[in-house]
Amino acid sequence: MKKVFSRTKALKPVPFHYCPGCGHSILHRLVAEVIEEMDLIDRAIGVPPAGCAVLAYNYFDVDMGEAPHGRGAAVATGIKRVLPDRLVFTYQGDGDIAAIGTAETIHAANRGEKITAIFVNNAVYGMTGGQMAPTSILGQVTTTTPRGRDSSREGFPINFTEVLARIKGTAYAARTSLHDPAHVLKTKRILRKAFEAQMGGLGFSVVEVLSPCPTNWKMSPPRAFEWVKEEMVKHYPLGVFKEIEGGSLAD
Amino acid sequence: MSEELELMRGTYAIGEAAIRAGCRYYFGYPITPQNELPEYMSRRLPEVGGTFLQSESELAAINMVLGASMAGARVMTSSSSPGISLMQEGLSFMAGQELSAVVVNMMRGGPGLGNIAPSQSDYFQATRGGGHGDYRQIVLAPSSVQEAVDLTYRAFDLADKYRMVVLILGDGMVAQMMEPVRFPPMRPLEDLPSKNWTLTGAKGRPSRILRSLILDVNDMEEHNWKLVRKYQQVERECPLWEEFMLEDAEMVVVAFGTAARIAKGAVKRARKEGVKVGLFRPITLWPFPFQALRGLYQRGVDTFVVFELNAGQMIEDVKIALGNGPQLLSYARPGGVVPNPQELARVFSRLVLSRRTS
Ligand SMILES: Cc1ncc(C[n+]2csc(CCOP(=O)(O)OP(=O)(O)O)c2C)c(N)n1
Ligand code: SF4
Repeated sequence: MKKVFSRTKALKPVPFHYCPGCGHSILHRLVAEVIEEMDLIDRAIGVPPAGCAVLAYNYFDVDMGEAPHGRGAAVATGIKRVLPDRLVFTYQGDGDIAAIGTAETIHAANRGEKITAIFVNNAVYGMTGGQMAPTSILGQVTTTTPRGRDSSREGFPINFTEVLARIKGTAYAARTSLHDPAHVLKTKRILRKAFEAQMGGLGFSVVEVLSPCPTNWKMSPPRAFEWVKEEMVKHYPLGVFKEIEGGSLAD
Repeated sequence: MSEELELMRGTYAIGEAAIRAGCRYYFGYPITPQNELPEYMSRRLPEVGGTFLQSESELAAINMVLGASMAGARVMTSSSSPGISLMQEGLSFMAGQELSAVVVNMMRGGPGLGNIAPSQSDYFQATRGGGHGDYRQIVLAPSSVQEAVDLTYRAFDLADKYRMVVLILGDGMVAQMMEPVRFPPMRPLEDLPSKNWTLTGAKGRPSRILRSLILDVNDMEEHNWKLVRKYQQVERECPLWEEFMLEDAEMVVVAFGTAARIAKGAVKRARKEGVKVGLFRPITLWPFPFQALRGLYQRGVDTFVVFELNAGQMIEDVKIALGNGPQLLSYARPGGVVPNPQELARVFSRLVLSRRTS
């Protein structure tokens, strides 16, 4: 019989705790598969966030070191400076990377740290119960925007990956989505590009992934996937915003 | 020990001692009165194959330290009071994850931005665990440049041995003064103790996790007790103190760091005038040398004065050590005021006299 699917060795053989239809489960698998395919399982060090993915260390079968909320880029900087030939990646939610961790992320990018930020944009604070995230879209009802996000009160959804793409030390910046199988496969290719940029020593890389949170959006999983496709992609255009092809980042 | 004496300021001497102890990574953000330490490291670390990084904040600095420690390095940061306040979350995480590092705090007058004068106003923050949670850090308080060298050198071994953060607590005086020092030898990196807990990539071994999140309350309690047992071991093994002119003393001054340095001068002066006063100087502020201090009381000393450059913080530990038995006085000078030895000798004489008359 032909084997068409098997669990990647970069994941431990344990079930995920994430809610049904959550993007984290899909993305964990993609990241792990890329690590295995690049033959980096024994050279990878991951930095999980405070957020729904805090327990990522229970799933990835690579070395994992927890960062305080938002400080992933600084923790990863410390690891990578000591071990420059390892694959060092952070896994962060939108609140983690684009609110509390904004400064660390921008400055890690600006220094061209050879690390990769995997940035899960689900437009809410998942772990703490669905409050507004910096990426919540206008009009979105959350537990702290009961009347819907209003730009005059709560400001605008932030296109953080575009910001990071403008920074000189960033070698690779892209946004992808998990809303259908084609985009899931594309996400995997993009993750690989980001890791390659890091391992090629080109600079900072970031992959923002639009990801459903059916629980806090109060939607069924299929409806949540549709909402990513119909609402989130409008505000968060997909694409590769920056890609340095080899060589150096200097102008 | 190397042969020659070198005249060096405190900050440079601490930097050099760290490098000789095997520190190859420094992350930090400028703040007076310790800017010369990052400046020294930025010059010196690249010469020994190390890395200096000026971070965007102390928040970032301590988390870079956290990462480098996870990766197994001997690593250091330094700052002064407001910056150390910003680091507290990271220090708490490092305690939870049992990570080793050396942190230098050259304290200043506070609260808030305060001033940059020598002060000891962060005693509580340093010894009580300024961050959240049930944790401890080893606190070393040098009172000379040579002692700053010796304690910094030792701090890295203590940090690795106990998987703890070691805090070097000084002030603008210790940071800025120039004194002759002798440096210990350069430790070859190959000779440093190996660590079986670091994150280096799971090559030829199972993958590892370093975390402080422990959701199960029973597991969390067990983790807390494990930390407590470690801290108790440190309390047994690590207290350091100095006794100066204690024989026949009618009154003992308790002081640390810069305050102790001045107090020593004052004790010498007072002795010349026949005033029988001595000095007890805690070198480790945590673990505090409770038993040694209690021993003095048991030996018959019945008057103690705590001299500190703050509004009265270490006196709480002295009270714990001595209980209600002896007379306990406080001579506290907050805000960056540093009395000179003459002034202090007069204070001590007055206190001894009033003790005799009372
Ligand atoms: C200093 C600090 N503040 C607040 C929190 C509480 N907290 C944990 S996760 C989180 C936000 C999570 O949202 P996000 O980063 O978007 O990730 P998600 O859970 O949606 O995957 C918050 C506010 C914390 N752990 N630490
Ligand atoms: S709350 Fe949302 S982000 Fe968190 S696990 Fe559930 S679906 Fe996923």
